[in-house]
Amino acid sequence: MQLLNNANYNFLRWKWHAIALSALVILGGLGMIVTRGMPLGIDFSGGTLIIVQFDQPTTEAQVRNAVAPLPGEEVVQQYGDASERRLLIRLPQVEGAVEGNSLEQGSAAVEQALMKAGLSNPTIVNRELVSAVIGADLQRRGIYATIASLLAITVYIGIRFRFSFAVGAIAATLHDVFVTLAFLVFFGYDLSLNVVAAILTITGYSVNDTIVIFDRVRENLRSRRREPLDKIVNESVNQTLSRTIITAGTTFLSVLSIFLFGGEALRGFAFTMLVGIVSGTYSTIFIASAIAIILSGGKARAASATSSSGDVVQGGKKQKRAKAS
Amino acid sequence: MKDIRWRLILIAAVIGLSIWSFYPPQTKIKLGLDLKGGVHLVLRVHTDDALRVETETTVERLRDSMQRAGVQFTKADVVSATEFRVEGIQDDSGFRTAAADADTNYDRASETSGYSYRMKPNIVNQLRDQTVTQALETIERRVNELGVAEPIVARYSGADQILVQLPGVSDVRRAKEIIRSTAQLKLTLVEQGPFPNRESALQAFNNTVPSDVEILPGRQEGGGTAGTAGTVFYALKRVAAVTGRDLRDAKQSLDEFNRPAVQFSLKQDAAGRFGNFTQTNIGKPMAIVLDNRVMSVATIQGRITDSGQITGINRDEMIDTVITLKSGALPASMDYLEERTVGPSLGAESIRAGFFASLAGLGFVVLFMVFYYKLTGLNAVISIVANLVILLGLMAFLSSVMTLPGIAGFILTIGMGVDSNVLIFERIKEELATARGARAAVNAGFDRVWWTIVDTHVSSLIAALLLLQFGTSTIRGFAVTLIIGLLSNVFTAVFVSRTAFELILSRRQTAAQTLSI
Repeated sequence: MQLLNNANYNFLRWKWHAIALSALVILGGLGMIVTRGMPLGIDFSGGTLIIVQFDQPTTEAQVRNAVAPLPGEEVVQQYGDASERRLLIRLPQVEGAVEGNSLEQGSAAVEQALMKAGLSNPTIVNRELVSAVIGADLQRRGIYATIASLLAITVYIGIRFRFSFAVGAIAATLHDVFVTLAFLVFFGYDLSLNVVAAILTITGYSVNDTIVIFDRVRENLRSRRREPLDKIVNESVNQTLSRTIITAGTTFLSVLSIFLFGGEALRGFAFTMLVGIVSGTYSTIFIASAIAIILSGGKARAASATSSSGDVVQGGKKQKRAKAS
Repeated sequence: MKDIRWRLILIAAVIGLSIWSFYPPQTKIKLGLDLKGGVHLVLRVHTDDALRVETETTVERLRDSMQRAGVQFTKADVVSATEFRVEGIQDDSGFRTAAADADTNYDRASETSGYSYRMKPNIVNQLRDQTVTQALETIERRVNELGVAEPIVARYSGADQILVQLPGVSDVRRAKEIIRSTAQLKLTLVEQGPFPNRESALQAFNNTVPSDVEILPGRQEGGGTAGTAGTVFYALKRVAAVTGRDLRDAKQSLDEFNRPAVQFSLKQDAAGRFGNFTQTNIGKPMAIVLDNRVMSVATIQGRITDSGQITGINRDEMIDTVITLKSGALPASMDYLEERTVGPSLGAESIRAGFFASLAGLGFVVLFMVFYYKLTGLNAVISIVANLVILLGLMAFLSSVMTLPGIAGFILTIGMGVDSNVLIFERIKEELATARGARAAVNAGFDRVWWTIVDTHVSSLIAALLLLQFGTSTIRGFAVTLIIGLLSNVFTAVFVSRTAFELILSRRQTAAQTLSI
């Protein structure tokens, strides 16, 4: 069975359209982040998050009224299925509260407010209290980990491929990170630790796809040195197309099962992964090779493009391959 | 053929070991707090407290030795947690001899008619480090007294942070109190008091409290039942005759009115010191102070050597006080920076949801592979299932913790397994099109994608390794699952799958030209 028989699409023809579309999404997302700020989960902003289970059906409005007198802006959401009668209550970090038992203040105030409102037997099933110190610390580590991972992957690809390809792969990965952030903002998901974990996974995954194509480009370059680089790249994208789509499709399906059945706690994580997978596949096909071509000087001949730095790497690769087989 | 037999034996051994390692999963696979329920706490140790105690003790000792040597001075005061100043010194060489001890830990600087001292930076660091270590050990002892199964007490990211994880604890509030209670026990002389409020206590000293006196709250004496009494204030000698360090043991007991009390006894050297102290202060009131709260005040009737009693507490307080006193005092106060509590019911639901999502993900993939690659798709299914079995086995072997994001890591591992298999299968398909025969196509397919698989796995590993540095156990669980999954996937997608292919090919008598793929 064959998904795509001798696929031969001219993807590179669409490179400027693709870059424009991506720029639009990314700029839109960044615009929203700059004007409204990236919505941070309590992992990074600090604050109080409580999940309360009620005996009787209780509406968001009832709980919102009960906690309204508390300082700061409260968020009240249904948690999971309505039949579970669970509500999530989130309070911001209390200003200037660092000492002693202040971490518990918000939570205790919510409990009192719920009791006072006479809501049916609230039980706290989950409680997260994060101080500003820890929030700032995790923020720092999140940014550090993302940058370090991008750098380390750049270095690795720089060693294994020639420079313009490494730039293409990293541009595609950065693209995926920003598109994912944009979609998180569009759909109102908070940036939590789990979401950052998903973004880091996306950086690895997105590079995966790109590497498969670049490996094929390198292989084709060796046997067909006289042909233009852009033709070879386009053919390589086509040759690996069915693999790209099948892999993305199956990974998408398995992550979709987390999104659908994995429960409320993993929803943000799964959403981030879903966006990342789609964006990763798109950027692999349209962005990564386009940038590599643009950086290599457009229609340069394959032979001249490889001669500078490519040969050394290829030599090393040939040796390794001989050992492996 | 012989080669294949050995490979099959190796694969069977790896799979067998893995199953043996994680079976039965209920007991062999460790669950994280988010699945099992429990509390995750991060505490910050106020190491400045310990520095201040060290500086205060040094000043106290310095005053003593100056008085003994007859060195005149007007003032010897603590300036900050790490600094103190001595003023009005007439006899400089006499002072230097008397104060020689202070020079080991402090840098001395001359000032007009005196000296200022500042703790040496290496001593500061050493003391801070020691304080956190002591706090950690104390918390460990307390957590053990609480009887929690498989607790974790470890240093956390910041130099002064401690992580405590208590699985399955239901009374979080009590656990937090016991961990945090400094359990600073002091027996000290009462200067004045009781006063009805802090203001009147301050007035007794014309609002300037001498540096060796402190004012602390306490419960009013005399009220027959606990709880009815109001709060009063005492002016106490700052330097205690006996502290928590001098304790030998503490146990539950009853006072003369049959109310709950804690009986404590002193170590031998402290007992001697306490004996002298009580002898010289007969008739004076003495306070028992616990965590900066006066528990009781009594007049010293005669020489007391080795034991005492804390009264005026209820039953629960008695139990918890014994736990904290026995485990020793914390060298510094602490506060909570982070708390994450998961109720056991929510955890159980997460397990169910995660398990179902994994099964659904696996089901999707199996259906697709068999539908798309027909019988050869079974090779992929075998290698993916083998990957999951090895992943579980290694997780049990390394006793790494399964968390909710870890379950997501499981499902991603399925995705990665599919990725590698599809990569190989598509390549074999392409090679088959060049019509060199099935065996050659299989060999070429595996050889050509080998480095692609290495490259893709290394780049994913880089991202996963960087996730490890997030201290939260849930994210670590995800990272560990991903890392082990990636490593074992190289083995299953390449070695196991190739062996399966070669097994199929070797069953055919002639060199096959076709392969159902």
